Amino acid sequence: MAQLFHRGANNIAKASLVIAVLLAGVAFYAYTQLARSSYLTGRYLEKQQPVQFSHKHHVGDDGIDCRYCHTSVETSASAGIPPTQTCMNCHNQLYADQEYLEPVRASYRDNKPIKWERVHDLPGYAYFNHSIHVAKGVGCSTCHGQIDNMPAVYQENTLQMEWCLSCHRQPEDFIRPKSEIYNMQWKDSNLTAEQRLKLKADYKIRSKELLTSCSTCHR
Amino acid sequence: MSKLINQSSKLRMSKKLIYSLLIAAFCISAIGCRYDMQDQPRYKPFKESDFFSDEKAMRDLPENTVARGNLRENKAFYTGKKENADPNVQVETTMDEDGNTVVSSFPNAIEEFPIPVTKELLDRGEQRYKIFCMVCHGPVGAGDGMIVRRGYPKPSTYHNDRLRNAPVGHFYDVITNGWGKMNGYASQIPVADRWAIVAYIRALQISQDPNSKMTMDKSSTDSAGNTDNKDNADNAETEKDSDKAESSENKDADGGEK
Repeated sequence: MAQLFHRGANNIAKASLVIAVLLAGVAFYAYTQLARSSYLTGRYLEKQQPVQFSHKHHVGDDGIDCRYCHTSVETSASAGIPPTQTCMNCHNQLYADQEYLEPVRASYRDNKPIKWERVHDLPGYAYFNHSIHVAKGVGCSTCHGQIDNMPAVYQENTLQMEWCLSCHRQPEDFIRPKSEIYNMQWKDSNLTAEQRLKLKADYKIRSKELLTSCSTCHR
Repeated sequence: MSKLINQSSKLRMSKKLIYSLLIAAFCISAIGCRYDMQDQPRYKPFKESDFFSDEKAMRDLPENTVARGNLRENKAFYTGKKENADPNVQVETTMDEDGNTVVSSFPNAIEEFPIPVTKELLDRGEQRYKIFCMVCHGPVGAGDGMIVRRGYPKPSTYHNDRLRNAPVGHFYDVITNGWGKMNGYASQIPVADRWAIVAYIRALQISQDPNSKMTMDKSSTDSAGNTDNKDNADNAETEKDSDKAESSENKDADGGEK
């Protein structure tokens, strides 16, 4: 019986071992990149809303404070979606006959909430509380980005666990004075590293071990 | 012998079956992980509900529900009105500089703060004023906020005798229930914060009043706050008398005294 494989096949067999490992590596790398891509995380994707609401106009141009609408951000887990009445505080007079505000008026008339599309959707097994973050010096724009420049809001960050942990491991890289929480123009470089470390002590931010403990976020 | 072989191959077969079932179960459970755990069948704030007819997962309190310990017995604190307030009382009205009809007597409103006016309260009031009020009433309360510049009807300035002499309960009532074109802010501002804002409005009025002799120290040391009237009487008797006489002549309809 003749040999099925000629002698060169030995080299192919050896090379295939290396190639298999390389391929596995490339596949793993591709997977990690795909998992972080905006295709899977929704990062940078603008959501279409039932009303053409522009944060750029209301925050950037008009200078309305975040808390005018998101009233519960300092007191509860959810920052709060304003009731339609809050819209009508101004839009009972301003642009009151504009076609594109009809969904708002209809909502007010019929006492039915507007069905906003959720932009930041955390998985059900992750616990998040806005009030503790703003109370410990984490500003809005640290996580949400320059909302005052967003006509349609998009997710600035991946909201993946590694992103949460990047701050929970080193909050001193990201915190700011409590007076600047709602300042959209704040830059981390406004303070030196020592000043931020002092803030971390002043605000009694807990140790890295506690902040990265499983049950801090998965409770 | 052939029986034995048969048995062992059957055993092998069932082993294979068990393994493939296990792998299938693992794959299925992996799929389950992703969706069932990410979107758990429970309500989160502002979620939609297909159970309730209004499609809201967050339920409104039934009307007139009182949570334990939350009976609003302190009428002055929660309504800004006097204990014996008469809802049918007639109020005087006057025309302001923009031709709006405004009320100028406040028979039901309380004249003293129901909580101590402290530095902390004023600071809180300043912060809340800048969030909720400044957009229309402007940084010092002149009625020139950004929303007004965008076309919203101009609110009355705080810096006229009518509002300088208005009792604190009136400001509280306006924040709570609205006034004229302004909607009530009861759903946006908690009760204590409303009083803080009233205190800050008083501070703004004093800061812009050329005749005021009151210093900021006064308001921070006085516990149950003063209305402007009282302060005027206390502090500015000599200098203000002529002014006051004049203004009460001019704006008699204002009913400077309540």
